[in-house]
Amino acid sequence: MAYPTDRKYTKEHEWIHVDGNSATVGITNYAQESLGDIVFVETPKVGAELSAGKTFGTVESVKAVSDLFAPASGTVTEVNGELATSPEKVNKDAHGSWMVKMTLKNPKELDALLSAADYEKFVAEEAGH
Amino acid sequence: MGAKMVEFNGWDMPVEYPASIGGGIIAEHMAVRTGVGIFDVSHMGDIRLAGPQALAAVQHISMNDASRLAIGQAQYSALLYPQGTFVDDVIVHRLGEDEYLLVINAGTREKDFNWVRDNTRQFNCAVENLSDEFTQIAIQGPKGVNLLQKLTDANLSAVKFYWVTRGRLCGLDNILVGRTGYTAEDGFEIYIPSDEATSSRVWNEILAAGKEFGVVPCGLGARNTLRLEGKLPLYGHEISDTINVWEAGLDRFCKMEKPDFIGRGALEKARAAGVKRTLVGLEMTGRGIARDGYKVLDSGDREIGYVTSGSPAPFLKKNIALAYVPTEISDVGTAVKVEIRGQGVGAVVVPTPFYKRPKKTS
Repeated sequence: MAYPTDRKYTKEHEWIHVDGNSATVGITNYAQESLGDIVFVETPKVGAELSAGKTFGTVESVKAVSDLFAPASGTVTEVNGELATSPEKVNKDAHGSWMVKMTLKNPKELDALLSAADYEKFVAEEAGH
Repeated sequence: MGAKMVEFNGWDMPVEYPASIGGGIIAEHMAVRTGVGIFDVSHMGDIRLAGPQALAAVQHISMNDASRLAIGQAQYSALLYPQGTFVDDVIVHRLGEDEYLLVINAGTREKDFNWVRDNTRQFNCAVENLSDEFTQIAIQGPKGVNLLQKLTDANLSAVKFYWVTRGRLCGLDNILVGRTGYTAEDGFEIYIPSDEATSSRVWNEILAAGKEFGVVPCGLGARNTLRLEGKLPLYGHEISDTINVWEAGLDRFCKMEKPDFIGRGALEKARAAGVKRTLVGLEMTGRGIARDGYKVLDSGDREIGYVTSGSPAPFLKKNIALAYVPTEISDVGTAVKVEIRGQGVGAVVVPTPFYKRPKKTS
């Protein structure tokens, strides 16, 4: 599929959409497809400090628990409460289901992330295994 | 069929099938509870005991009472070690006057066969490992009987639960069909020749015949959530070589009044000494999913037990688990906690099985 070009991607299958000094984070369509039915999303509280590359929560399918990795460092400003009651929304629309909103501590970190085209290539290689 | 595959005890097996064909663990689970789902369970093992002392041999190694079986009848049982712990659980089928079929788990095929052969040498009976001769397909769910009846001349409505029959099926003669399963639903398991051509032909014919009932192929993921809702044990989890029959709560399948069987002596002693730990059903009351191996804590956060199997339950729409806890706190209604990523999350002991299929009134 064509991944939205308005955001950047991590090798752990998160996406990050930047708007000035704030950003929105979620998981990609490849992630939700690999996970299967998502039954539980655990996100940090508002005010929590995120560190690029470190885990900040979990997403659970029926069979497995997967860590969520922060694409960038910053502070959580908002959490998507809908996912507590309707985690399946992530399966239905992964790119439209945000998990946390945050302020960015160091926007330069995003330069190291993948563009939509690079992520697509990365996913194609992963899927090929 | 595009399924997500996983290695399971040396077998390449589907976890779940693609959503595009109606798959996914939740969809597969719901299909079995409301319609029909099919499973390739050929990884299971089959051991045949036949001969003048076949019954005596079975009685020696199996804890249930096989002498109660009429020809064509089956029962759940287990093979025990002398310590009263589990070699494996098994379904014992009486196929003939002196002929029994034990259907056993995949992961324990070699171990079980060696155990059965080595512990029945004193009996006049042949012990054969037929595991590779059969492809075993399970057709499970309330519509399973409707689906399978289209493909066989055996009168399935005359076959009671835990009984078997033989008939012509998909053009094959004398096929063994059992009204058994591992889903806590009505359903059948069929045993067909294991060659690739026959196996795939029959699988596809079942899928085609089941289209009108919304049949869905099901993988290991749904197999696990279905059996968990019905509190059916899984070897290596609820039962193992370090767990005895009383702890696992399988008393009703263990006939201590039988003259003797392997493990009986140890079980007698264990019962007299008092059972220290008990398998209970838990339902999460706090937000979180208990999973295999997670610790169970008491209200003071002390570790008191562990989860043997835990998962979201797709039909019940709750997060459930089976766990071993000290017998003195195993009463229904007891509040405990499950440690999930370092935090104690509330759970309560509930009656089991978590799910029981509705009784058919007709």
